[in-house]
Amino acid sequence: MSRRAIITGAADTAVGELPGSSCMGLHAEAASLALADAGLRAADIDGVLCAYSFTEPHLMLASVFCEYFGIQPAYSAAIQAGGATGCLMVMQAAALVEAGLCRHVLVVAGDNRLSGLSRDKAVAALAEVGHPQFERPFGVTIPALYALVAQAYMHEYGATPEHLAAMAVACRTHATRNPKAQMRKPITVEDVLASRFIAEPLRLLDCCLISDGGAALVVSAADAARDTARRPVAVLGTGQKNTHEHLVAAPSLTEFGCRESAAQAFGRAGVSPADIDVAEIYDSFTVTLLVELESIGFFQKGEAGPAALAGALDLGGRLPCNTHGGLMSYAHSGAAGGLFHVVEAVRQLRGEAEARQVPGAELAFVHGDGGILSAHCSLVLGRA
Amino acid sequence: MAEDQSLKPLPVPNADTAAFWEGCACGELRLQRCTACGTAQFPPRVVCAACQSGAPAWEVASGRGRIASYTRVHRPPSPAFKADLPYVVALVALEEGPRIMLGLRGAAAEAPRIGDAVLIRFDPPAGPHGIALPYAVAMEDA
Repeated sequence: MSRRAIITGAADTAVGELPGSSCMGLHAEAASLALADAGLRAADIDGVLCAYSFTEPHLMLASVFCEYFGIQPAYSAAIQAGGATGCLMVMQAAALVEAGLCRHVLVVAGDNRLSGLSRDKAVAALAEVGHPQFERPFGVTIPALYALVAQAYMHEYGATPEHLAAMAVACRTHATRNPKAQMRKPITVEDVLASRFIAEPLRLLDCCLISDGGAALVVSAADAARDTARRPVAVLGTGQKNTHEHLVAAPSLTEFGCRESAAQAFGRAGVSPADIDVAEIYDSFTVTLLVELESIGFFQKGEAGPAALAGALDLGGRLPCNTHGGLMSYAHSGAAGGLFHVVEAVRQLRGEAEARQVPGAELAFVHGDGGILSAHCSLVLGRA
Repeated sequence: MAEDQSLKPLPVPNADTAAFWEGCACGELRLQRCTACGTAQFPPRVVCAACQSGAPAWEVASGRGRIASYTRVHRPPSPAFKADLPYVVALVALEEGPRIMLGLRGAAAEAPRIGDAVLIRFDPPAGPHGIALPYAVAMEDA
């Protein structure tokens, strides 16, 4: 029997602007929903992985959560790798159960970074990712750092603003079918190109949202998974790669670690990009998604933009991608943002995605990117 | 004052970077070069990031480079940068190899292109640590 880890529970809270929410409250709500989804009790959880928070930052966030939720697991830790954190928590949880150290690991993240911080404060807090001496003094923001990648990538591979816009349109088109999504009004390429510049060539609609929300998963050992209620999803392959932290020190402005991270995950799962039925890929900006689609091998260099304009990322297309709406149209609440992609992949593989379901989806690919395409983590998930 | 320019996040030099900022304050762009493998590096640190040998040596760089990428920023990280909007931030590939981030000024900021030759200059030293931030101008302006 396979020892591969099984995702037995997956859930997220409401997302968007949630007045009255708190960071730990969102953690607890997401955790309770994921436990209920798995058919487990809190006492069944013997491992907990948390991430980080802007509104309630703490040196030991996993301990803070366990105290708040009233559990005393045998193992707990917090992981911080920016947008790669969600996938990384699943990779770590899978390793823990496959090593026999835990039976049921709860992976949970959440933040009320929209209602708990002003938008200006969120932008300022995120900008602190920049190098304190060699980037931040020049007035860069996270969008500006990604804009530097976009400009270099467009120069090298001929991508255009329309190609970038096609990524935002694809995510929004999916979000129109998702009643939970924060942004559901349909948009066109022209709408994206008419939105105001944030950092050229990126415009407002090239950027992800700032949201409140939480998400959680339960990752179980193969032999423990049979205790649980739902249709199981196997973690078939995982991969990770870091090439830098600060853009000023990146080895390349157009080649990133997503290629190797994904290659590891595909290799361990024994599948190739062409086998994937549905992809949920980190989309902090349009350029993030475009670069990842081409670097991971779903499209050739220069091909993702034209393909997206022709509907390749939509239902019925070559690679339905970000079917929940992604960070650009579903929600982005810190580490939970990356977990939303995993939760959506689980729903797709269980056939629970309702109006946005990819018919017969059996294999899903999920990717997270932290920093400025600095830290990458990839997952291949499949029906167990 | 929320718009106070003095609220910009000026570098605070440390043991790794003091020699770099001292160079900027006297109009020199200083890089490190590994005495073992010869690789030039930036940002400065106590080891060579190419071969992990210790004690890379400081040298004065040419101050010449080419634009590797650029962006015109319309949404600042904090109100301290608001008066400068829009401003152009670039990554410049130095002749010696490493990239550096800085602002473009003058004709270089009007219509920047990747590959354009630029020359690095320095603002007058400012703030409690006497920081002279580098910026770049078009080679023809120099």
